[in-house]
Amino acid sequence: MPDKLAISFPHLGDYSVVFTQLIRHLFPDARVFPAPPMTQKTVELGSRYSPDFVCAPFKFNLGNYLEALEQGANVLVQTGTGCRYGYYGELQEQILRDLGYRFQFVCLSRERAKPAALYRHIRNLGCPLSFPRMAEAMLLACESIRAMDRYEYWMREQVAFETVPGSFEKVRQQLFADIAQADSLADLQKAKAKCRKASAALKTDPPQHPLRVGIVGDLYTLMEPFSNFFVEQQLIRQGISVSRVMGVWFLLFGKNHKQALKDSHPYLGYTVGANGVDSVAQSLAYAKKGYDGIIHMKSFGCIPELNATPALMNLSRDWDIPILHLSFDSHTSETGVQTRLEAFADMIRMKKEEGRIADSQFGRGYRFGVH
Amino acid sequence: MQTASLGVDIGSVSTKGVVLSESGEILASEYLWTEGDPVAATKKIIRSLKRQLPSSVVIGSVGTTGSARRLIGAMLEADVVKNEITAHAKGTLSRYPDVRTIIEIGGQDSKLILIRGGVVTDYAMNTLCAAGTGAFLSSQAKRLGIPVEELGDVALRSKYPAKIAARCTVFAESDLVHKAQAGHAKEDLVAGLCHAVVLNYLNNVGKGKQILEPIVFQGGVSKNKGVVHAFQQELKSRIHVDSHSHLMGALGAALLARGAKRSRPFDCEIVDLHFQTGVHTCVGCSNHCEIISFYRDGSLLDRWGNRCEKGLCQKENVS
Repeated sequence: MPDKLAISFPHLGDYSVVFTQLIRHLFPDARVFPAPPMTQKTVELGSRYSPDFVCAPFKFNLGNYLEALEQGANVLVQTGTGCRYGYYGELQEQILRDLGYRFQFVCLSRERAKPAALYRHIRNLGCPLSFPRMAEAMLLACESIRAMDRYEYWMREQVAFETVPGSFEKVRQQLFADIAQADSLADLQKAKAKCRKASAALKTDPPQHPLRVGIVGDLYTLMEPFSNFFVEQQLIRQGISVSRVMGVWFLLFGKNHKQALKDSHPYLGYTVGANGVDSVAQSLAYAKKGYDGIIHMKSFGCIPELNATPALMNLSRDWDIPILHLSFDSHTSETGVQTRLEAFADMIRMKKEEGRIADSQFGRGYRFGVH
Repeated sequence: MQTASLGVDIGSVSTKGVVLSESGEILASEYLWTEGDPVAATKKIIRSLKRQLPSSVVIGSVGTTGSARRLIGAMLEADVVKNEITAHAKGTLSRYPDVRTIIEIGGQDSKLILIRGGVVTDYAMNTLCAAGTGAFLSSQAKRLGIPVEELGDVALRSKYPAKIAARCTVFAESDLVHKAQAGHAKEDLVAGLCHAVVLNYLNNVGKGKQILEPIVFQGGVSKNKGVVHAFQQELKSRIHVDSHSHLMGALGAALLARGAKRSRPFDCEIVDLHFQTGVHTCVGCSNHCEIISFYRDGSLLDRWGNRCEKGLCQKENVS
């Protein structure tokens, strides 16, 4: 390709920071930029050229590609394994070609996501790095993801009780900025140390019995807050501690399918595809830990999560833990989601209150089938 | 001098208002059509409630619920703005403390609220379409030339209810037309329609939920005896329908607001002020949020629809 490489990729939460860093290292001469920030226009654009019944991530991705192409991208990246998301790349490429765009499409789906194939793809694109340098860049990206996921996991649990509004977010932004700038593992170590120091200074004022909610579901809907109307932030604003295991680090290194299947016993006897088993295993863990509720989110038509739903319903009944099922599409009404979330927060708050009163009164027993 | 609490439930189709005394009795109530103008409907409600109230009553707290709760909450300077599920549960629990299932069918949405030991433990709302709600019933009543209020009585006269597909309004409607042309009597069609609403509700909203007695049925559609009868048949249990079943949301809002510390009592004269909404598109970014501004006598009361702080309007972001 005679032109200078202009590499772009769709959004997935804030991971664009790491993807930009990685591609910047692998292709020092290329222009690297994430797709323009996700807006309502992105969704409309993506939906216009997508099959109507395809799941929402497809539409969001396609919108991202279209906007990135308008910004002058000539290399687009896609990946995906597990569910039908793994087949989206080919279709998206065809749709974009039919629209008359000229670009190179790097589709790292399914078996092409394996290390050897990945290496070949990167070389074909013209990566000038030696193999050790390439490995170093990869390692740095992985470590960056780990640092990010760690902080965000901790932040989701704590941020609802912060005493200074916006203090957690500020540390997060600083960490992201440092990660984006990092050129070596030493840089990253410095960034992590800085973040650790800053977060040690953060002050929280949690109530004695904070409300805790676990979030499970399909990977895209969970990780891209724009696609779920910022559910986590809505919960946090209501003073609820949020837990979510799902993240890129979890997907790359944390998943253990066999263990998850064991952990979801007796609700699942066999695999249901993609992260369905993880959803059930994580929900059961939340139930056992005494969380106040679980929110199960999926994009409309997500088969693995749909398969997991009956298991979750049984789990909800057996463990007396409310599960809110939310399904998102490009047509979903934000008001509807808000109403359901508000009601959910009210419900678990009232339930917790009642449970505590009952527990403190001898002989009343809230959870023992008296009612 | 008596302090009372005002609850307003502004639904898509109807608007309900209740004034509740401190001991929990209903001092005044009103129910009327929203007709696409929640502000005007609320004004009418407040005027009517004021007429019913003795002058010794002072309204000490205000709560709003329903789909226009935010708008009307701003208008009435409400102490509590609550979602419909919590409001309905609260209202019903005040009258049926041992209720375990609340079925609510309104104009545009339907809900199922499960209560165990006086606490909401689960709920469901219709997700995809308005099949099996009041709006569907009233549009079909119009097609059959029967006033919607009389649907229930007509349905009860039926001996052989027609079988009408319940999955979706479009199927139900074509099925209804087909059955009518095939010669089914009108009351059989109406009874079939009521049954379809119930089946649709149980399949879409009630799926997988444990519906246990005592069951309370409320919302506008609960006034339709045909639907009540169909629920009784399907669930094989007794269905309680309160005489105030259409007011439960407003009742709950009034109860939730009770005890709010308000600087000055609610002034019914507020309805004589001029309220106005303005919609503009924020041009701060390509999200193009539709910002709704709510004015009282020309001064800004509240503004919403923004996704970020930009939308809360510096003038330059407004086109």
